[in-house]
Amino acid sequence: MDHLSSYLVLSAILFSLGLYTVVTRRNAVAILMGVELILNAANINFVAFSKFVTHNLDGHLISVFIIMLAAAEAAVALAIVLNLYNDRGHINVDEANALKQ
Amino acid sequence: MADFIFWMIWALVVASAALVAFGNNLIHSVFALMGTFLGVAGIYIFLNADFLAVTQIVVYVGGILVLLVFGIMLTNQISTAQISQSSVQKGLGLLVVLGVLTIILTSVLPHDWVGSITPMAFSETVEGIGRLLFTDYLILFEIASVLLLGALIGAATLARKEL
Amino acid sequence: MIKLALFILFLPLLSFVLQIFFGRRFEDKKGEWVSVGIQFITLIMSLAMLAMMLSKNDPNFSIEVHQSWLDLGLFKIDLGIYIDNITIIMLNVVAIISALVHLYSTAYMAGDVRYSRYFGFLGIFTFSMNGIVLANSLFMIYIFWELVGLSSYLLIGHWWEKDSAADAGKKAFITNRIGDIGMFTGMLIIATVLGTFNFQLIAERIHDGVWAANAGMLFGGIDPHTLLTIAGILVFMGAVGKSAQFPLHVWLPDAMEGPTPVSALIHAATMVAAGVYLTVRLFPFLTADAMATIAFIGGFTAIYAATIAITQNDIKKVLAYSTVSQLGYMIMALGTGAYVAGFFHLVTHAMFKGALFLASGSVIHAMHHSLHKLKDHDTDPQDMRNMGGLRTKMPITFGVFMVTTAAISGIPLFSGFLSKDAILAGTWAYAANVNEGWLANLHMAWILPVFGFGAAAITAFYMFRLIFMTFYGEAKKPQVFKHIQESPKVMTVPLMVLAILSMFFVFTLPSVNPISDHGWFTHVVQAPESAVTTGPAFELEHFEHSLHEAHVPAMITSILVAGLGILLAVLVYLLNKISAEKLATKLGALYRGSFNKWYMDEFYINGIIRPFLKGCDALGRFDLEFYDHYLINGWGRNTKRTSKAVGLADDLIVDGAVNFSGIIFQWLGWTLKFIQTGKIQNYLIFVLIGAALLFVVNVF
Repeated sequence: MDHLSSYLVLSAILFSLGLYTVVTRRNAVAILMGVELILNAANINFVAFSKFVTHNLDGHLISVFIIMLAAAEAAVALAIVLNLYNDRGHINVDEANALKQ
Repeated sequence: MADFIFWMIWALVVASAALVAFGNNLIHSVFALMGTFLGVAGIYIFLNADFLAVTQIVVYVGGILVLLVFGIMLTNQISTAQISQSSVQKGLGLLVVLGVLTIILTSVLPHDWVGSITPMAFSETVEGIGRLLFTDYLILFEIASVLLLGALIGAATLARKEL
Repeated sequence: MIKLALFILFLPLLSFVLQIFFGRRFEDKKGEWVSVGIQFITLIMSLAMLAMMLSKNDPNFSIEVHQSWLDLGLFKIDLGIYIDNITIIMLNVVAIISALVHLYSTAYMAGDVRYSRYFGFLGIFTFSMNGIVLANSLFMIYIFWELVGLSSYLLIGHWWEKDSAADAGKKAFITNRIGDIGMFTGMLIIATVLGTFNFQLIAERIHDGVWAANAGMLFGGIDPHTLLTIAGILVFMGAVGKSAQFPLHVWLPDAMEGPTPVSALIHAATMVAAGVYLTVRLFPFLTADAMATIAFIGGFTAIYAATIAITQNDIKKVLAYSTVSQLGYMIMALGTGAYVAGFFHLVTHAMFKGALFLASGSVIHAMHHSLHKLKDHDTDPQDMRNMGGLRTKMPITFGVFMVTTAAISGIPLFSGFLSKDAILAGTWAYAANVNEGWLANLHMAWILPVFGFGAAAITAFYMFRLIFMTFYGEAKKPQVFKHIQESPKVMTVPLMVLAILSMFFVFTLPSVNPISDHGWFTHVVQAPESAVTTGPAFELEHFEHSLHEAHVPAMITSILVAGLGILLAVLVYLLNKISAEKLATKLGALYRGSFNKWYMDEFYINGIIRPFLKGCDALGRFDLEFYDHYLINGWGRNTKRTSKAVGLADDLIVDGAVNFSGIIFQWLGWTLKFIQTGKIQNYLIFVLIGAALLFVVNVF
């Protein structure tokens, strides 16, 4: 627990799991959960570096802003998801492929 | 003892995150995500980030998670708590993600982090964060407030029935 | 003190805001009394400041606060408030006249189409006038200078449905702008050399030799003293415009198109005095030559406007030219170094001229109502030839008119006597003793007392002419006369207050000697030392002494010439011993010149504006026929020919290359389109693979 690498490994695993969720899930809300995992992984890194390397509070500040950002992102993303649902009756991302046309 | 608790939390974070990633039931995934958030809050405490730990619980568990549950409830027929979910491109995804993980670990772990020998323990961070927020990070703080306002208005606009 | 000053400054602005945004809704519900109330509150505050000043009784009292407004490294502009005795006295003048005019207007303007807006404009005017008074720097004065110009424009054009009113507003604004160009240029010269706009700092730095050190280097080797003279005269140009001095006086008589209370407030008592106030503030850094110029312009304006006032028949026009003439007096006084006298006359003039205008408003109001009752829309209610004998019908207005006319004519016991006498003594002393400045160098300094005493005689004459034509004799239109009534109380009370303020003792207390101006006023207002060190400056010490010596002869002469003017007016207009018509025909060209304002407006239109427009026209034609036709269009034809050749080359060579690369990309696109699934997660995988590959290639 007093070693930087234990936090880095945790963060890397969390990041990878989040990435996997984002890449594979069909449900938009689940993808959103993956994004939250990734953001959490980043936060852990910031705070850990703040304690072990830079020895100041800048990392904490960035984390606060990331949390704030995550909240804003979740709100807007869910609004989009609701819109998608109203439009199509489902929220499956792989069927939302209008970009192809 | 502290060591034991730390590794327990560590394991909790990994396990619950894995459930989020691999679980078949969306509701289970959401609750697993709550575990992850709480676990990360615990990790923050081990990193002496008291303010962040509290913020993590309040914003993530209290705010974002509730939003996610709302999202699920509003977009599925909730006749049953069994909202199954499926995945696509599992094999390819797993392969790529494992590759990314390998790259991260191989590049981060052998690196010699300056100063990492002597971890610094902050006694309490609230005052310091507050001071920085209104001095060095003031502009960022103001921009953030505008961003939140934008998100608020944007979300309200998007969620209306007729666009 | 500063807090009081800030309240005095901003309360009228509040009045403006309230009237403009909410006034319309409360027009029938006594909404104007809000403005009147605010004005009386500022009056009370001003009087409190006056009381503080009198209890201190310190000639050197001053406070200054300022706040950085614009900071460009080396160049800074501060906005601030500077208060000394002069400021406080001016604030009181503005507050008294403004409050009384507000009160008066409630009756005079009753039932007007834009009633609430009128009060709003009075509010913004008072605000900006107070701003000028309180300003601590040329820059801040300039800001408020333009604001009073704006409010003057708005109020002159209050009845803009009349073309003459709209034109008068424009004329006032544009004529003022000509003066303001000079003022702005002068300000910039001063700021360039000294790096500040602040009055105190300017005087200090000139005195410390900063001007002498910098001016030559910055302005191509010019003699610093000459440059200081130029800068002084240029800034004074602003005063020429605002205080209606020759040759920019033409706007003021036309400005009488505005409502009469406005004429009293803006165009007689306060705004036009702003030019004099500016000259007061400039006084320490005027060179002897600049002072001579100022004195000459003022003196000439004094007698010039007075000669016009003799022949005018419109009651307000007479007063307007009289105002121009009196402003000339003040300017002349400052130019001759009679600093105290000039400012003293500003204050006394504000009181009695404000009263004269309001009283003439009372007469016009009565005439207007009478004509309204008779349904007569052709007779001019302002023409004195339609009045006569009004003293029995309007005793209060008549009394006020008598008192204030006595004051302006310089009859002992009234305030005008003291201040005018001091000015005349100043010109006398200047002519007798001053050796610096071009007037003295050309041995022409005696022209100033000639101007002064001449104008004094003429002033007495035309003012009594006005009185006799309006209030004595028999009524020229008996029907109209029958319906004339004294104005209501809200109009007569301000008149009486101002008439009392035109008495001598108001300004001389605690002394009550009617022929000496020694009192609180001359104690608290004292001329500042000249800061000019670059060359000939005004010697004040010596001058004060000779001023004292000139006092008695000047006083006797001034009483004599005033008596002469009055006597002539009595003979011509009261006793009809001399016929005015015969006199007019005998004087011939002189009479016509005076009646037509010495053809100044015609000169401007035919001598300046028309030739200028013709010149513009000729240049425009030159542009169209030569420049456009040969140069621009010819160039265009050549370009067209060249571009045709270039276009051909483009088609073959450049386009060929472009098409070829297009074909390549078309083929590439066709091949790559199969990986476009439209599914965002596929794309994400591709991105990740790409990122990983980049990383691997870079690291290993």
